[in-house]
Amino acid sequence: MAMSYDRAITVFSPDGHLFQVEYAQEAVKKGSTAVGVRGKKIVVLGVEKKSIAKLQDDRTVRKICALDDNVFLAFAGLTADARVVVNRARVECQSHRLTVEDPVTVEYITRFISSIKQRYTQSNGRRPFGISSLIVGFDFDGTPHLYQTEPSGTYHAWKANAIGRSAKTVREFLEKHYKEEDMESDTEVIKLAIRALLEVVQSGGKNIELAIMKQDESMKVCLNLWYLYSKKIAAV
Amino acid sequence: MALFDVSGYKSHLELRGKTLGTGLRHFNFGTTNQEFAVPAGMDPSGFLKSCSHEGQGGVSIDLNHGTTTLAFKFRHGVIVAVDSRASAGSYIASKEANKVIEINPYLLGTMSGSAADCQYWERLLAKECRLYKLRNKKRISVSAASKLLSNMMLGYRGMGLSMGSMIIGWDNKGPGLYYVDDNGTRLSGQMFSTGCGNSYAYGVIDSGYREDMTVEEAYELGRRGITHATHRDAYSGGVVNLYHMQEDGWIKVCKEDVSELIHRYRKGMF
Repeated sequence: MAMSYDRAITVFSPDGHLFQVEYAQEAVKKGSTAVGVRGKKIVVLGVEKKSIAKLQDDRTVRKICALDDNVFLAFAGLTADARVVVNRARVECQSHRLTVEDPVTVEYITRFISSIKQRYTQSNGRRPFGISSLIVGFDFDGTPHLYQTEPSGTYHAWKANAIGRSAKTVREFLEKHYKEEDMESDTEVIKLAIRALLEVVQSGGKNIELAIMKQDESMKVCLNLWYLYSKKIAAV
Repeated sequence: MALFDVSGYKSHLELRGKTLGTGLRHFNFGTTNQEFAVPAGMDPSGFLKSCSHEGQGGVSIDLNHGTTTLAFKFRHGVIVAVDSRASAGSYIASKEANKVIEINPYLLGTMSGSAADCQYWERLLAKECRLYKLRNKKRISVSAASKLLSNMMLGYRGMGLSMGSMIIGWDNKGPGLYYVDDNGTRLSGQMFSTGCGNSYAYGVIDSGYREDMTVEEAYELGRRGITHATHRDAYSGGVVNLYHMQEDGWIKVCKEDVSELIHRYRKGMF
């Protein structure tokens, strides 16, 4: 019965499902894990780096993208879809700066990305974007934020969350180990993110890419953070 | 459909949608889609010129920019003072026109130039400011509000709009004062005066301005500026509407008839 309702995106099933959107969420679950943690003065994004072929240059595989100086995004799902969304979000960030003379707030750009995603769940001839994203950053008044968007076009704010493969396991780990007092310390936040990722990533710091942003500093994508942290991870 | 996207074909409905402004319009702040569609080949400003006394038609419809408005920043906020005469040529259409639009408790807009243009576009600006607040859950900044207005003006540049306005407000960057006009000029500054009486007003407020004035001194300076301008400029008059923009919003200070004010200042003059 379900088969006849999943052809077109613009058709509901009798029990109220949009199957194409749900299948998009399945595509997300196949993507590599990403975790985000929001501290008091720091936000951290960590992604699992999938193992790549020997001859492939791993610097060209970027799963954490800067949308502006104060906002960055990690995704899980179809990389090509993410490219389109990230490009539009980048243009919107600059357009906002031009018109309003202020950098975007994290909530604003999340809302924009979600609106794009929702539009694609309601037009004919198009399929939804197969990505979930974690958007972190600081507003210009200094408050940190972490938002998650889904292929359906909804978004929610989180203190810590994970998307992609084994997201459930990671989220359970985060729920167990997240402590409000710990979020004051920058190192505790980073440790929590790394530990959470290590639950599902093959052991070793080589498979983790971390991005850190502190209040009043622009994002530091620790591309080769694993050099620095491989020792710490061992300790952790 | 997907094939249409690939081939670049735009269906009639999509084109109509673009001009009517559907889609993610609330992220463009209403500036990419124009309120009025102007037919190609029309030249409104040329047409207006031919109707004025400069044109050859023998017609003499002069749209005068009869007004004096002024605003200046000082230590305790921003003072806004406007006159209230609305003139159509040599006919005084109203002696109590309202030339300040209260956009919200933290934003004011003044009007000079064509009354119709000012009223329409500034009310449209008020609508956009309100929508911004509803969507983003915080008040629009003065720089964004003035940018919206100047973008609206730029959309119709060269088509004969006539508007010289100041946007005054207080946001988290402090007091804000912007001058926006129908050419799309947008300037931030400490002191502006617009309208055909502006030179008289500048003379008064330039000579009396000090950044560390008291509040009462600033009120008096604003009143004097308008009063002296209305004394000499035929197209300004009526009453002085004085506003003070403070950190927690604007207050209307007074509304005094210039013919009484000028007698007060005359004691020093004659």
